[in-house]
Amino acid sequence: MAAGCVIVGNGQAGFETAAALRAEGYQEPIALIGEERHLPYQRPPLSKGFILDKQGMDEIELRPDAFFSDHRIDLVTGDRVTAIERQERRVRLASGSIKSYDVLVLACGARNRQLPVDGAELDGVLYLRTLDESIAVKQRLHDANAIVVVGGGFIGLEIAASARSLGKTVTVLEAQPRLMPRVVAPLVSTFYGTLHAARGVTVVCNASVSGIGGDDAHRARSVQLANGASYPADLVVVGIGVVPNAELARDAGLDTGNGILVDEHLQTADPAIFAIGDCADHPNPYAGARVRLESVQNAADQGRTVAATIAGRRAPYHAVPWFWTDQFDVRLQMAGLSRGYEEAVTRGNPDAQRFSVYYFKQSRLIAVDSINRPADHIVARRLLASHAPVTPAQAADETVNLKDLRYVP
Amino acid sequence: MPRVVFIQPSGESHTVDVASGTSLMTAAVKHGVDGIIGECGGVCMCATCHIYVREDFLDKLPPIQDTEEAVLDVTNAERLQNSRLSCQIKMTEALDGLTVTIPPSQR
Repeated sequence: MAAGCVIVGNGQAGFETAAALRAEGYQEPIALIGEERHLPYQRPPLSKGFILDKQGMDEIELRPDAFFSDHRIDLVTGDRVTAIERQERRVRLASGSIKSYDVLVLACGARNRQLPVDGAELDGVLYLRTLDESIAVKQRLHDANAIVVVGGGFIGLEIAASARSLGKTVTVLEAQPRLMPRVVAPLVSTFYGTLHAARGVTVVCNASVSGIGGDDAHRARSVQLANGASYPADLVVVGIGVVPNAELARDAGLDTGNGILVDEHLQTADPAIFAIGDCADHPNPYAGARVRLESVQNAADQGRTVAATIAGRRAPYHAVPWFWTDQFDVRLQMAGLSRGYEEAVTRGNPDAQRFSVYYFKQSRLIAVDSINRPADHIVARRLLASHAPVTPAQAADETVNLKDLRYVP
Repeated sequence: MPRVVFIQPSGESHTVDVASGTSLMTAAVKHGVDGIIGECGGVCMCATCHIYVREDFLDKLPPIQDTEEAVLDVTNAERLQNSRLSCQIKMTEALDGLTVTIPPSQR
């Protein structure tokens, strides 16, 4: 009997691979192995709807229990792959069991980057990536009054908005000079700084956290900055990025960089092993370089790409990257990758909280950030996918219907 | 509990009890109705929960908001005048018997 496909990690990428393999008609066994003791679930609500109790556990599960048995997917939870034995084509699990594979898909994800300061180990210093961590934040949030969020990226700002909407005192400490510095233009950072301030969040940029102070009960009570400033806190939530889980691959002799190195087919140097999602350092045509992306879109599309390849429809990965973040009642939707842009133009009116920023590099459109402009975002994905020749002047001119440009060769 | 009838492109139908307040997308996914994916989790980003609503129910549905309008523009299967995103339709008692057809493809 064939050993089939073993998938390491049951987040969005791993789940999608398993589901897509069955949809492709793959008949061999599929094992989907995850460390967390939950059914595969969606992560985006963990910092928004879930901690605000707008979405329950059953609403964030990707599929009910029966889906996995119905589709002959052997879902293993609460266990961890500890080693890959490539010669034997098998993996060892923490529980001691061994699983053989014909094809191995590494969807190992990433883990929270730890805040490297004194006091980071105190009670009341939390991180948010998993469902269990979100439950812990939700419980603490209920009784907390002063929340300090370390990190002004997507996760930090979403947590800040959620906490503020519960009426809490909220401070965001960002180490860089502006919010979300790695992903959006200064104009968008400024917009979000103003938005959070207007809703009562204290936003501090250039804030280098030097320590967390605690009380006799070993509970966090304040966050200190290198410049001597101190912010009282009874809950500290840290969102300063992630580290890809690449050790399993590295220890098996596979190449790693900013994650597990794969080619355009998401395949490692071992043709029986693929890597996808948050842990995959892959060549991305929209970056014009190797990147590692952390998003639902990337996880799901890479899962489907790998499933198609395993099922015999080999294809490179070339999906347009897209992301979103909901903070208060404002939605930011991003299409493409703006890193390295040379020119940015605005369409719409930032003062009305409805505008898009179009990013260009070498006169070519490479990304669009849309704030409360959902149609711009959808059109942007098409423009990017079809490599439509949009000029900065056209992008900035609301009388030009960009949708019409998409089919121009 | 109000019921919804999901009809597959093959004509096969699937009747599901849906609690008031639950979206059609969530109900379909929970009950394993093929062809409704809901990849973005119901936040109107992905266009993978497209449905065609039986004409006599169209007037009973909440109006299409800007975000849904934009996303309906990029459905994989053809957008028809009775196209909706099932994540944007919350069940109510008044919608009991709601009958929708699933398009041949979602992406």
